Amino acid sequence: MQQAYKVTGGDFVNAGKASSSVKGILKQLNVPAGLIKRVVVALYEAEVNVAAHAYSGDILVEIDSDQVHIRVADSGPGIEDIQMAMKEGFSTASKEVREMGFGAGMGLANIKKNSDTFHIASVPGEGTTVEIINKLTD
Amino acid sequence: MKACPTQAIRVRNGLAEIFEERCVDCGECCKACPVSAIIVEQDDFEDIFKYATRVALVPSVLIGQFPSQISTEEIFGSLKKLGFTHIFEIDSVVEKVQEGYHRFREAFEGSKPLISTFCPAIVRLIQVRFPSMVESLIRVKPPSDIAALHFKEELVGKGCAEDEIGMFYVTPCAAKIASVKSPVGEDRSVVSGVINMEFLYNKMLHIILNKEVEAQESETVNLTSKGILWSLTRGESRHQPGRCLAVDGISNVTQFLERLEEAEDSNIDFLELRACDESCAGGVLISGNRFLTVERLNGRAKKLPATVSIDGGGNSRGYDHQAYDLQPIPPRSMMVLDRDRSLALEKMKKIDELLKVLPGIDCAACGSPTCRSLAEDIVQDRAALSWCVFLQELYLRKGKLTLDEADRINATIWGKDRDYRSQSK
Repeated sequence: MQQAYKVTGGDFVNAGKASSSVKGILKQLNVPAGLIKRVVVALYEAEVNVAAHAYSGDILVEIDSDQVHIRVADSGPGIEDIQMAMKEGFSTASKEVREMGFGAGMGLANIKKNSDTFHIASVPGEGTTVEIINKLTD
Repeated sequence: MKACPTQAIRVRNGLAEIFEERCVDCGECCKACPVSAIIVEQDDFEDIFKYATRVALVPSVLIGQFPSQISTEEIFGSLKKLGFTHIFEIDSVVEKVQEGYHRFREAFEGSKPLISTFCPAIVRLIQVRFPSMVESLIRVKPPSDIAALHFKEELVGKGCAEDEIGMFYVTPCAAKIASVKSPVGEDRSVVSGVINMEFLYNKMLHIILNKEVEAQESETVNLTSKGILWSLTRGESRHQPGRCLAVDGISNVTQFLERLEEAEDSNIDFLELRACDESCAGGVLISGNRFLTVERLNGRAKKLPATVSIDGGGNSRGYDHQAYDLQPIPPRSMMVLDRDRSLALEKMKKIDELLKVLPGIDCAACGSPTCRSLAEDIVQDRAALSWCVFLQELYLRKGKLTLDEADRINATIWGKDRDYRSQSK
């Protein structure tokens, strides 16, 4: 099944709605709690990234009985140096975002840690796409 | 139906039915029902006379019920008059509970925060709705159980025959009764029976107001202000190390736990969670005003020492792991649509389809609290789409349903001979 969500840049109040919704779905599907946590953490970090850095984003979640496939595509300034961005502690977040408690520089590393397969691509000036795949084993 | 935080109630044949696997015994339904159709069972009070030694295990909120002009001596005296041979205040064992918390914390290797198991409704809520958090529950028995074990040992030590000792817990809530009857984390409770506090309060007040009581000194030693206030909001959390949070009210707790599940970094060390507003002072079986109860207990606490060391003094033995530890608490998720994930996915898709045709206003005329609940019930073969009154109207217009059939359907939900359309009284 497919679920689609929209994220607005700068909207931290609503960032987290997608991960919350997906969490509810996975609970009903009897997915083990540890796996749910991985998916939810990865998705949450991706959502917050859109809110913190981009103008807007679209999230597509495909849930099958054996895997969860998430695609987060945003319109925004993109990432100049992906290698640097993946480093823990490195952050390009603005002062305002950091003052809110976000932008610690752990986001992308956290997503990678919590996904079985992780892809990231970006065009500076246009936007970034992140793909997260998690297998659902019992 | 709508008061239930886990959507466990349905109406069938005009009566409320509770889905046991979803019920957490919080008692919100009892509080909400305008005709008191939902009651909390208790043991027959006369049962106490089966025992030679009849112990009343009393929580501090019982004392807090009575107007401040009535002394605690009169309160205990009335209990003696009713037939109890011994009265023990449960809250005198909180130092043992505290010691248990310290030891659990030291040995604990899981993720923060640690969650108190004081409130049995919350333990059940976590089992059914937040099953991933059962590992964080502190596996120390609640004060009522530890008190029962401790005082029983004391009485046996003084020469009372063990099988003639009846321990009766005076309870402010349904969840406590359930935790005695079907305990979680232990095989069976050491408590012999539970007495509904509302019931007992009436009897006690009657005796006191008719001046039939002989004032009785409290037999409890080691009672402290920490103990008296333990069962009230922040009663536990203010004594725990690190960042501690106290949340009361079951909908507040549910909201908070939802948040906690999602936040990756929770720097909270200890969570005190209570299902009732103002914790036990707001219990289902408390007749007094919860705020007044809290105020009276605060007043009583001021006259007591703050804490006491449990290694000092005759009858305090410290923490007994074997007796006081809880066994691991199992998750029993109510949210799972099906054990088989492919079937669960099918059901979920069906629910989404159903939600598109249901009106989405959660009117509950179908006997389920929300449209989503009805959709779930349909998918689990516990209800039918024709139960929705809005869809019935559509079917009637299209000739797919007759008025008689509609009446019959509504009778299975709301009962026969129920004239809900008529204005006559």
